[in-house]
Amino acid sequence: MTGEQITFLIVALVTLGSGLMVVTTRNLVHAALWLVATLFGVAVTYALLHASFLAVVQVVVYIGAIAILFIFAVMLTRKDMRDQGPQMNRNWWFGALLAVLTFGGLYFLLQGWTGLSKTAAALPSGFDAVGELGNALVSPDAYVLPFEVASVLLVAALVGAVYVAFNPHSGNSGK
Amino acid sequence: MSFWNDPLKVAADWLMGILTGWGMPEIAAQILIGFLGILLLISVLMVLDIFLVWVERKVVARFQDRIGPNRLGPFGLIQPFADIIKLMIKEDTTPGGADKVVYNLAPMLSMMSVLILWAVVPLAPTMLGVDLNIGVLYIIAAGAIGTLSIIMAGWASNNKFALIGAFRQVAVMVSFEVPMLATLLIPTILTGSMGTGAIIEKQDIWFFWLAPLGAVIFLIAAIAELGRAPFDMAEGESELVSGYNIEYSGMKFGMFYAGELLHAFTFGGFLAIMFFGGYRFFGLELVSPFLAIAVLLFKAFIGYWLIMWVKYTLLRIRIDHMLAFNWKFLTPLAFVLLMVVALMNALLAGTPTWLYIVGMFLSNVLVAWGALEVARSYSRREREKVEGPKPVVETAQH
Repeated sequence: MTGEQITFLIVALVTLGSGLMVVTTRNLVHAALWLVATLFGVAVTYALLHASFLAVVQVVVYIGAIAILFIFAVMLTRKDMRDQGPQMNRNWWFGALLAVLTFGGLYFLLQGWTGLSKTAAALPSGFDAVGELGNALVSPDAYVLPFEVASVLLVAALVGAVYVAFNPHSGNSGK
Repeated sequence: MSFWNDPLKVAADWLMGILTGWGMPEIAAQILIGFLGILLLISVLMVLDIFLVWVERKVVARFQDRIGPNRLGPFGLIQPFADIIKLMIKEDTTPGGADKVVYNLAPMLSMMSVLILWAVVPLAPTMLGVDLNIGVLYIIAAGAIGTLSIIMAGWASNNKFALIGAFRQVAVMVSFEVPMLATLLIPTILTGSMGTGAIIEKQDIWFFWLAPLGAVIFLIAAIAELGRAPFDMAEGESELVSGYNIEYSGMKFGMFYAGELLHAFTFGGFLAIMFFGGYRFFGLELVSPFLAIAVLLFKAFIGYWLIMWVKYTLLRIRIDHMLAFNWKFLTPLAFVLLMVVALMNALLAGTPTWLYIVGMFLSNVLVAWGALEVARSYSRREREKVEGPKPVVETAQH
């Protein structure tokens, strides 16, 4: 076993373990913090794949913004952070079924894929991954259309958020 | 390759020779040497941190017309060691009902988020922890971990003051991340790379002359990110006592405090790296890496001094004003400036250097002037709403 494999196994175990803790812990803020650990594990996996840009964006967007938002939402909406209610609701069997089906489908798909047993080709030295990604995002024969559609979607979400928060009766100064 | 030209590489090669001579496999020796390098850097930073306490106290004393620490040792130099001994022998308290693991993790994360920043600080042309090609984004990502540590501290303390302080501080940090990222993209555009090493190599002309407004916005956003006055919302003494770290005692509080000081110094360093040429000073960095480090430290201390100057001069701003200032003024301004700089950089690409510099500088000044005019007319309208229109001629009142 190479060092890279050992590192990957440790990171994968930690990621999955903290993912399990997210759904089993009874304290909502702890669940959010375990989620941070899970997302960080995913970032480390990206880093192991030499996708440094994705790794850092994962930390900035998911830990720096989304996880903080989760924690805020939990703290501001719950009266007591230690929830005593049941952890499952009536749809638990449907969720479990969906999870099993997804896992089975992925397993079935990956059965026929030969890439699992191959080792990745080494990157040529001086390979500018960030530059390649940037060019791909704005070049017409690559991903410019999805990129622009995603931008329009985000702008629409921004406008929607402003519309929801805007109260025409109190003037626009937010008093 | 002598020791004076590339000390780290020579030392690493020497250690490598010894370790492999002892029969250690090369890969293990490499990992060990890497860890030793990290240990060395962190030790130097922590020792520097001890002296930053002294520097901070001396400088604030000057600003407030006092002498500052002056009893222990020459110029009070032993004072910080006395402070540390005091912090270490203090009782280590944990508030009742605190979330112990999270409570103890928070100060560590806070210090860590500062220390990992130094992985991308180029100390000299040959001394750079990791030459990440996304160094600029890495700085923001490290800030995200700092934000997380504050909310953890505030929540785990089981104290309403701490929680409110953490909320305020995190609101400020999350907001000011946006203009900071936008201004960090300016050196990126001018260089064509996000790597900190490449950004310094490119600065034959300091980027300050090409984007002075960018440097100013970066400084403002950095001060807010540090949570220092006038943006020190977390520690409104009269209302919150001390904000998110109120329940911490002894060395745990020391970690927050030392982390804040080192953070301020680090951002002084980043100001130097992004806009003032980093370790470069008229070719001095080529003479010896030690001179390069001295130049970088000198520039970082000037940046740190600027941050202290602002802190000890200005009053705290109310939080709604602060957030309005960020979202309605600083963020749009940063994005407009980013677009203007990108456009001017492309337009002036083939022109002679003097024209390029003058064009970039003037476009920045123009943007700043326009922004200030907009802000002034807005504040005039707001004032008129409250006070009514001002008379054209001031009538003498008797």
